[in-house]
Amino acid sequence: MERVDTSPLTIYQQYLDRGELAYQWSPTAGRAVFYPRVICPFTGSDRLEWRVSAGLGTVYATTVTHPRDGAPYNVAMIDMDEGFRLMSRVEDVAPEAVKIGMRVKFRLHRPGGDEPPYPVFTPLEEGA
Amino acid sequence: MNGLVRGSAAIVGVAESDLGAVAAEMSAIDLMAQGVRRALDDCGLALKDIDGLICATAQARTSGLSLAEYLGISPAFIDTTILGGSSFMFHVAHAQAALQLGLCKVAVIAYGSTQRTIGRRHASVREYNPYETPFRPFLPSTAYALAASRHMHQFGTTREQLAAVAVAARQWALKNPVAWEKKPLTIPEVLAARMIRYPFTVRDICLVTDGGGAVIMTTAERARSLKKPPAYVLGCGQAITHANISSMPDLTVTGALASGRQAYEMAKLEPADIDVLELYDAFTINTILFLEDLGFCQKGEGGAFVENGRIAPGGVLPVNTNGGGLSYCHPGMYGLFLLIEATRQLRGECGERQVAKCETAIAHGNGGVLSSQATVILGASATV
Repeated sequence: MERVDTSPLTIYQQYLDRGELAYQWSPTAGRAVFYPRVICPFTGSDRLEWRVSAGLGTVYATTVTHPRDGAPYNVAMIDMDEGFRLMSRVEDVAPEAVKIGMRVKFRLHRPGGDEPPYPVFTPLEEGA
Repeated sequence: MNGLVRGSAAIVGVAESDLGAVAAEMSAIDLMAQGVRRALDDCGLALKDIDGLICATAQARTSGLSLAEYLGISPAFIDTTILGGSSFMFHVAHAQAALQLGLCKVAVIAYGSTQRTIGRRHASVREYNPYETPFRPFLPSTAYALAASRHMHQFGTTREQLAAVAVAARQWALKNPVAWEKKPLTIPEVLAARMIRYPFTVRDICLVTDGGGAVIMTTAERARSLKKPPAYVLGCGQAITHANISSMPDLTVTGALASGRQAYEMAKLEPADIDVLELYDAFTINTILFLEDLGFCQKGEGGAFVENGRIAPGGVLPVNTNGGGLSYCHPGMYGLFLLIEATRQLRGECGERQVAKCETAIAHGNGGVLSSQATVILGASATV
């Protein structure tokens, strides 16, 4: 395998900087890979292609964290339509109103400062 | 685990170190050494007999070096596998392999933690994960809450059923003089306690205590000549399914399914043959998941299974007889204490909480965020 010039995380973040949620596609496995890696965990191949998600998914699991200080917030796992799963949160609704099976849409969150942008989700409106 | 022989090795000495809140400036290695001393007394062996050293702690980067130096020994066999709270069940299998091969004659497995005294953040530093950390999960509890949400959604498991696990553990703890919790607990009290990570209140979540201990193993042949009845290793099984919760294939099915199958196969036993279960209950959902995956009820039926005191004192299936991580002690990597309690139950040493006619026991360890599962089946002399 050749030397890696740009790490999988760097490439993932470059997509996010452009407002895109990217994942890898393994042609040898015929399925999506997430988180991004240098080899495919299903076949061991180093042939991994980058693809951009359409940004639509379904809540797979959800919890509300009640910190000692500050407001409760949602932590969820989202199954993307392309066949990969990631940790995130659902915004624009109360944290306890996030339900398993809810359809959601990707939105970029820019925390500002030195923190890189990351993907969050909002409920997908009916018919949208 | 291919190659391990049913009953070829046994646990012969067990001991806890000081538990709860230990003296200021005690180290994790101090607690390991105290556990080793007490476990040696328990079986009548001497420090010079130990030629296999196995240990794990979150508080020393090279704990094997630290403990060997502290004890003044140069062990022929050493293993410091660390896979979270189930590490010690992996250690039992590794010790059995080493004893079978003659790599050592007497192995000690030791653990120590002062997380209550020094604070969890110092005891167990979390690695930054760019794909999870931005969402501020409190690990491990957020991960287990996600698993519970999935179990509730798929199978209709209720918060009351989760609470029943905490109540059963508390009832057992009240029969254990060294348990941390001393007061009775009811289901309404669990539900009304401070919400931490929905669906978990503070009573669905394990304690944060100090503690440590040691387990001494030797060959079956040598075990028979020692002070107390041996707890023979009848079966071992292990499975790793992921490291981070976002990579767990199915949040309702754990590696205990595979580790249990391996252990039962090696032990030539099935769930109905087991007299007492010590299951890693860091969170109330754990007990339900492991009862299902280890074959004591069908997948999805664990919530109903734990209702009406079935796993509590006086119930038909004794589970977590020491009071568990929920009510007895939980220093961060709890697995060693399951082996200690299982051994004591097989010896008949458990006083008020002793399970009658106890000849077989499961000690099931869990590590990480449901990541590493390891099952050990122990048996009294009548089983070999």
